[in-house]
Amino acid sequence: MSAASDTAELAEPVVKTRGYWSGVVRRFSRDPVALTCAVIVLALILAAIFAPYLGLNDPYHASMIKRLKPIGYPGFPLGTDEQGRDMLSRLIYGGRLTLFVGLMPVVFAFFIGSALGLVAGYAGGWINTLIMRTVDVFFAFPSVLLAIAISSALGAGIINSLVSLTIVFIPPIARVAESATAGVRSLDYIDAARASGGGALTIIRVHIIGNVLGPIFVYATSLTSVCMILAAGLSFLGIGVRPPEPEWGLMLNTLRTAIYVNPWVAALPGLMIFITSLCLNLLSDGLRSAMNVKD
Amino acid sequence: MFTYLVRRLIYVLPVAVGVSVICFLLVHIAPGDPLTAIMPVDATQEEQAAMRSAYGLDKPLPVQYAIWIGKAVSGDLGKSIATGRPVADEVFSAVKNSLLLAFSASVIAFPIGLFLGFLAGYYRDTIFDRLVTSVAITGVSVPNYWLGIVLVIIFSVQLGWLPSMGAGPGGSGSWSWDYAHIRHLILPAVTLAVVPIGIVARTVRALVGDIFSMDFVQALYAKGLTHGDVLFHVIRNAAPTALSVMGLQLGYLLGGSILIETVFNWPGSGFLLSNAIFQRDLPLLQGTILILSLFFVGMNLIVDVAQAAIDPRIKRS
Amino acid sequence: MSKTDPRSAKADRGGPNQPLIIAKDLKKHFPIRSGLFNRQSATVRAVDGVSFDVKKGETLGIVGESGCGKSTTARLLVGLIDLDEGHIVFDGDGLGEDISLKELRRGVQMVFQDSYASLNPRLTIVDSVAFGPKILGLGNPTGRARDLLGRVGLDPNRFADRYPHELSGGQRQRVNIARALAMEPRLVILDEAVSALDKSVEAQVLNLLNDLRREFGLTYVFISHDLNVVRYISDRVLVMYLGEVVEIGPADVIYENQAHPYTASLFAAMPSMDPDNLTEEPPLAGDPPNPIDPPSGCRFHTRCKFAEGVCSAKTPKLSVIGGDDTHQAACHMQEPGSGHSAAIKEAAE
Repeated sequence: MSAASDTAELAEPVVKTRGYWSGVVRRFSRDPVALTCAVIVLALILAAIFAPYLGLNDPYHASMIKRLKPIGYPGFPLGTDEQGRDMLSRLIYGGRLTLFVGLMPVVFAFFIGSALGLVAGYAGGWINTLIMRTVDVFFAFPSVLLAIAISSALGAGIINSLVSLTIVFIPPIARVAESATAGVRSLDYIDAARASGGGALTIIRVHIIGNVLGPIFVYATSLTSVCMILAAGLSFLGIGVRPPEPEWGLMLNTLRTAIYVNPWVAALPGLMIFITSLCLNLLSDGLRSAMNVKD
Repeated sequence: MFTYLVRRLIYVLPVAVGVSVICFLLVHIAPGDPLTAIMPVDATQEEQAAMRSAYGLDKPLPVQYAIWIGKAVSGDLGKSIATGRPVADEVFSAVKNSLLLAFSASVIAFPIGLFLGFLAGYYRDTIFDRLVTSVAITGVSVPNYWLGIVLVIIFSVQLGWLPSMGAGPGGSGSWSWDYAHIRHLILPAVTLAVVPIGIVARTVRALVGDIFSMDFVQALYAKGLTHGDVLFHVIRNAAPTALSVMGLQLGYLLGGSILIETVFNWPGSGFLLSNAIFQRDLPLLQGTILILSLFFVGMNLIVDVAQAAIDPRIKRS
Repeated sequence: MSKTDPRSAKADRGGPNQPLIIAKDLKKHFPIRSGLFNRQSATVRAVDGVSFDVKKGETLGIVGESGCGKSTTARLLVGLIDLDEGHIVFDGDGLGEDISLKELRRGVQMVFQDSYASLNPRLTIVDSVAFGPKILGLGNPTGRARDLLGRVGLDPNRFADRYPHELSGGQRQRVNIARALAMEPRLVILDEAVSALDKSVEAQVLNLLNDLRREFGLTYVFISHDLNVVRYISDRVLVMYLGEVVEIGPADVIYENQAHPYTASLFAAMPSMDPDNLTEEPPLAGDPPNPIDPPSGCRFHTRCKFAEGVCSAKTPKLSVIGGDDTHQAACHMQEPGSGHSAAIKEAAE
């Protein structure tokens, strides 16, 4: 056929087709820092989930005699807390609530914020104005203040912490989602899809989500560290997880009085928060470069 | 420029109103009756109803909001349930202390952050760059309330050099720039400075690195400018963004110092807020959050306008 | 409704003499907002009263400087932006009266200039081409897409599962053409579709377009700033200036005899292969005037060396040139009795 005859420019070496995600995995696997952090975070999560099977002491078992024992005390590798409970056990069990309350709000906010941003960015006009001006109002609060304000109004508790932190992280994610969507929306292939008769929902599903979710996801991962610190901070203030549950922020708070007796045991829960948040940040940076997302 | 200023002011009004609505609603999303804290346990139905109407709680929400915001605009934020003093007085004396802390932290953080960030951006992809990047990411990752405790352990408990809490002799009301007071400021200010050091260094590093890789820098060298002249151009291009980041950080420091103030018993707005939370002193909670968030809104406004004033690229739109 | 039957859009309902598309007095003004309250302070008259028709099976070339409204006209024809005023009649059916936007888009497809930006980077090319048929509910969309890729010269076995970044510019533009054809259109609008390609690749794609036109019985609207390319592919040519039609006529006629001074200067600016035909002075000085505030009367009078008083006072109408009613130009010099010194004094009595 004549149309196919002029194949001069097609005579080039055949490249093996490579999808976007296989490239991401390849780049990520060559980043030792990000890989190490991924392993640490995964280990913390797994240890928290499988804590009951690790042969640890009962994290709730208090002892008046064995209070505030130092690191390395026989039977208690990381010492005991102000009620004589095993620190190692409490730190590992503490990962359960700390990581859950520290990570889930970003997951919720990722879905809600992305949806809001996608709708606002694709629809434009008054829908955009309505959504984004509301977002602006919540954005006008410093995140720490907003989290504390909502949490203190709702009262302490896991659900309330999840709710308030989710509210805190929806606006920034919605903003990023909106601008990413608006950017993609102006490209010719969206016009081409509209000319092909695609409806708004189909175009968002087929042509927009795949191109904006990456940047939004990377941005959301960069928020996990802040969310961890904030979630533990709420418990530290007494408006997050309630005692006697092991949770790193709460443990840091109850151990504050112990800094004169056994300071390094008292600092351990904070160290856990620090290590986790550092790993989450480095992991997010690694994802950002592996996924080729620009700021 | 004038049009921009006026437009920005007009834009900030609905945001400020929205912020006040959220602050107002905070009390109403709180579970339970806002009056339980002050109501005698054995209050009869009639007494409760009388109390309710005395506080205006029997009116519809929009009316309550209108009354509340009307008073707030004239400086009346109600009375603290715990102390009986006017909320406005409590908040403003606390905000003074918070500002003191926030400014001190900025004075520590901004020069260090700018210096590290600039050098890292200038010596991009060297050992020094990697070092600064590590410092910066550590700075933004550290839970500063924990860092405060660690610093107290080292410098107060172990070494005994600095006091661990309070704002110095004479309590919250009497600040003066003498050694006895400044000693108390050092630890909280340093603690508070760590996060902004990381953020400023990261931002400036990226900014300066990007500007150095732009074509116009090559063109300046090609024109025969000295190294110093080129640096001046780079700094001038980086300045607006760097300033706006620092302005926002100052706002965050004020609103985000709650945890640090709690750690160090610093008598600022955050400390006031955490007391209000514990005593369920809702008027105090509401008033403190309103003032702090409006301060943050104002700070954003100043930053935007200042940035527009020094950056010729954003005069329009 | 029989009109929504996908096959009926394909049928030649109006007969061979009915133009495939009639554009009547199209207007599109973009508001410029500024000041305190985002009030509309000005309008860009991107397309300001453009009329033309495209006959079945022909190729209409649209030429003009950048910013003259070529691309806006194209997007109006596909319904990607809404008309402010005017009518579009597709094979006898008025848009908004007899057929909906959706039905219009079924018959009119578009190929854009930027071959990369017009393909979704996360979809393989076969999925991009199959998107339209899938929306239409046509059977076996992937099979259709693979077949079309073959027809535009991309062996589906080698190319179908590639991503856009794995193709060259010419190959991507072939994909875009296949994507447009997948909707089984009758009219394809090519908006600077070959302008970004290397000259050798451009020639291949132009040949492909000519072959496809014959094979599928297509009608083209071919937008370009490259007069050589337009001459090669077009049967008729329409010249636009600042949102208006200044001249329209058969390609051969216009390439020999330009009736409008603007068309003449465009052609004078065209590089020539003839060493005796040297371009001595720049035929057109300066940039086109701002379309926000176009000149009064004839919009070209600010740059026209024949401009007289009447040119800034009166807007010229399209008038027939040399008794051939397929060739028309909007110039006072061609309009009998217009008052211009070069015009015939009165219409022939």
